[in-house]
Amino acid sequence: MKLDTQDLKDLAVGAAFLGTGGGGDPYIGRQMVQKCLDDGLTVELADPDTLDDDALVIPTAMMGAPTVLVEKLPSGEEAILSLKRLEKRLGKSATHTMPIEVGGINSTIPLLVGARLGLPIVDGDGMGRAFPELQMETFGVYGISGSPMAVSNEWGDCTLIEARSNEMMEWLSRGVAIRMGGAAYIAEYAMSGADVKRTAVPRTLSLAIQIGRVLREAKANHQNPFEVLLAFMPGTLYSFATIIYSGKISDLQRETRNGFSLGRAKIDGFAPYDGVMEIEIQNENLIARVDGKVRAIVPDLICIMDSETAEPITTENLRYGQRVTVISVSVPELMRTPEALAVFGPSCFGLDEPYTKIEDLSA
Amino acid sequence: MRVGIDVGGTNTDAVILDGDTVVAACKSPTTLDVSSGISAALSVVMGDSGVQPDAIDAVMIGTTHFTNAVVERRRLLEVAAIRIGLPATRGVPPMTDWPADLADTLGRHTFMLHGGHEFDGREIAPLDEAGLLEVAKEIRARGIRSAAITSVFSPVTAVMELRAAEILREECPGVALSLSHEIGRVGFLERENAAIMNACLAELSVKVVSSFRAALGEKGITAPFFISQNDGTLMTPEHVERYPVLTFASGPTNSMRGAARLAGLGDAMVVDIGGTTSDVGMLMQGFPRESAVAVDIGGVRTNFRMPDVLAIGLGGGSLVRDEGARIGPDSVGYEITEKALVFGGDTLTTTDIIVAAGLADIGDASRVASIPKATVETAIATMHRMVDEAVDRMKMSADKLPVILVGGGSVLISRELPSASEVIRPENAGVANAIGAAIAQVGGEVDRIYAMEGRQRDEVLDEAKKEATANAVAAGAVGNSVKIMDIEEVPLAYLPGSATRIRVKAVGDLAFGEA
Repeated sequence: MKLDTQDLKDLAVGAAFLGTGGGGDPYIGRQMVQKCLDDGLTVELADPDTLDDDALVIPTAMMGAPTVLVEKLPSGEEAILSLKRLEKRLGKSATHTMPIEVGGINSTIPLLVGARLGLPIVDGDGMGRAFPELQMETFGVYGISGSPMAVSNEWGDCTLIEARSNEMMEWLSRGVAIRMGGAAYIAEYAMSGADVKRTAVPRTLSLAIQIGRVLREAKANHQNPFEVLLAFMPGTLYSFATIIYSGKISDLQRETRNGFSLGRAKIDGFAPYDGVMEIEIQNENLIARVDGKVRAIVPDLICIMDSETAEPITTENLRYGQRVTVISVSVPELMRTPEALAVFGPSCFGLDEPYTKIEDLSA
Repeated sequence: MRVGIDVGGTNTDAVILDGDTVVAACKSPTTLDVSSGISAALSVVMGDSGVQPDAIDAVMIGTTHFTNAVVERRRLLEVAAIRIGLPATRGVPPMTDWPADLADTLGRHTFMLHGGHEFDGREIAPLDEAGLLEVAKEIRARGIRSAAITSVFSPVTAVMELRAAEILREECPGVALSLSHEIGRVGFLERENAAIMNACLAELSVKVVSSFRAALGEKGITAPFFISQNDGTLMTPEHVERYPVLTFASGPTNSMRGAARLAGLGDAMVVDIGGTTSDVGMLMQGFPRESAVAVDIGGVRTNFRMPDVLAIGLGGGSLVRDEGARIGPDSVGYEITEKALVFGGDTLTTTDIIVAAGLADIGDASRVASIPKATVETAIATMHRMVDEAVDRMKMSADKLPVILVGGGSVLISRELPSASEVIRPENAGVANAIGAAIAQVGGEVDRIYAMEGRQRDEVLDEAKKEATANAVAAGAVGNSVKIMDIEEVPLAYLPGSATRIRVKAVGDLAFGEA
């Protein structure tokens, strides 16, 4: 599947939806990929099922502060350099790149790398959404080592990290990214085609594009975008989607602790939704409670959308008074196993509540 | 006394204010040369009131002239767009996302040089001065008369933009220079875009300012004059000559501030109801709350300080459907005098509803006598609900605020609104823009990322406040009148040292006689 300009725009909307409030604005990434298209390069997605078992897939991404990215734009070479460095370390050439994270800006970085190097991009990722840390990957959950990892800046300075665990890799690379100015570009979780098929959340890039398209077309056809979206999701791996609340943002609190944006949004319900919904935010939306009772919890998606336009609203753009509709979506089963929940389940974010599937919470 | 003038695309409005009292007001057509339209408007208000030129302390002008020039791609200069940030930033060259016709008009002269800073003020690279000399050579060779200079994280430290300007001034004397840190805030592409747009207006701004000056001179007015910018504060003519882009979108700001002054309120919601839409905004201490999202001007992404306005599809020409349950967003617009029922047309509009309800006397009331009473009632309730929801949505908290209604369609709202503490319909609402210009103050701002770790929060905030105050005074405010209007702290995720972006805005009264 070759992507065009409209696909890139749809992807930005779908990636914001799957980003559940976090992941950063994909605008700059989209501009870089658009420039590739303008220069006659192709952005080609590869379905994971079509991968040879011995393919070498090297995922690429940005790590760091989206707020730095909007001022210090990348050269566009950084992630390519990281991928090249890993190829050298492994003594093998990559056949594909792919996203580690489909939510937000990181849906676009591998597209740039793929277009520039003429590599197809595997249609899938390792988060199935957005998460704040690099060990929070299905790749790692199912035994793939994040290391060796390469971290590069615009100068071509490159750090190769060989860590004993994916947590240690995150810890070390975070320090390097800070020294590189707060944003750096990485290649990690190099793996075989067989491993991709076993550990990746499949077809999430095309899913994001489809979500963007479904919302765009619903609006163009004067249909209710929420109804159209809820009708669309059951045909995907994210098969259960439901509106858990609708109302008005009545309070917002934000603070920074340990390098995270923490926050809390309160939503006063409109009939038939009673009470007050409270959503806890740690870069992404983590848990939604109504009058203390859990209605949705990480890793299931909690997406806050504008009730009128059905635009996904990122954490930094939440404001008092917005009319919002909150949709929760089930994540694929490989993100809900005990092994997966040990890496990115509620306890990994300091939440006391156990994980309960959105299907059960909505029953 | 103060004179306020609003030079719009269609009309030039003028008012004379004595304190808060409107002494005279008029609307007259905008002219091609700008100055004769201003002159004509001044003749009317000065003639009506008998105010002599020497009784005027200051003249404030609001204008959409520069916005329109960019939107219409007229009278724009070719620009050397110089970016300092390599090896970073190469992935998205200058003007990448611009409409092709506008980029063509500006000549696509883009240059990228090594330099720029990190968020904490470290250098990405030293400034490539040798490269800049080559750029200077190109500027001379191509006969370019205006240049925009944008360096990475220049809002944190502007030294490289300043040094580059110094070199170009020497190498290319006479070339107008636009420095991004004096125009925009953090957000590289948006700030660079603003600097480039500013540069393309460099000669038009000098012409327009001199036509303002000529019009005032012709009326014998020797008082200083100022031009309003998008945040509701004033710039000196000299500043506008250099930074015309800062006048973009001053219209909505002036309209809202003028409405507030007419109503005698500082904190209020303003609803400006036109023919097709209603614009709803919020005033805090007399200033509009600013938008946080990117704003496109002439198809170019910017991050200007714009009032946060919510436009809803309700106006005097909005279509009424479903027995009054559904209104707009489509409108008959300027064709209302043909299409509305009261004018003999066949389209049911909101204007027909209020005529049928006996709330207004417009057109031929007999033509709407047959509309069912239930439809009229439902439509009126729908209109009020739409405005009420928009007002509630734009508020910052659940507290009720007064609502000021202005605009030709304000007659649609005749009842109280649940979200409003009261509904106010001031006189002279038609010249709210000119009044807003007349009452503008002088502002100063700081927008920067601070490392908070190891420092007291209060100490950092104090530093930012002092700098904003100093900026306001430098812009012409009386020192002891300067107040801090707004403080915004945004903690930055993923960065150490509790890096926090702090924006502080200060405003004060204009120093008469010293300016």
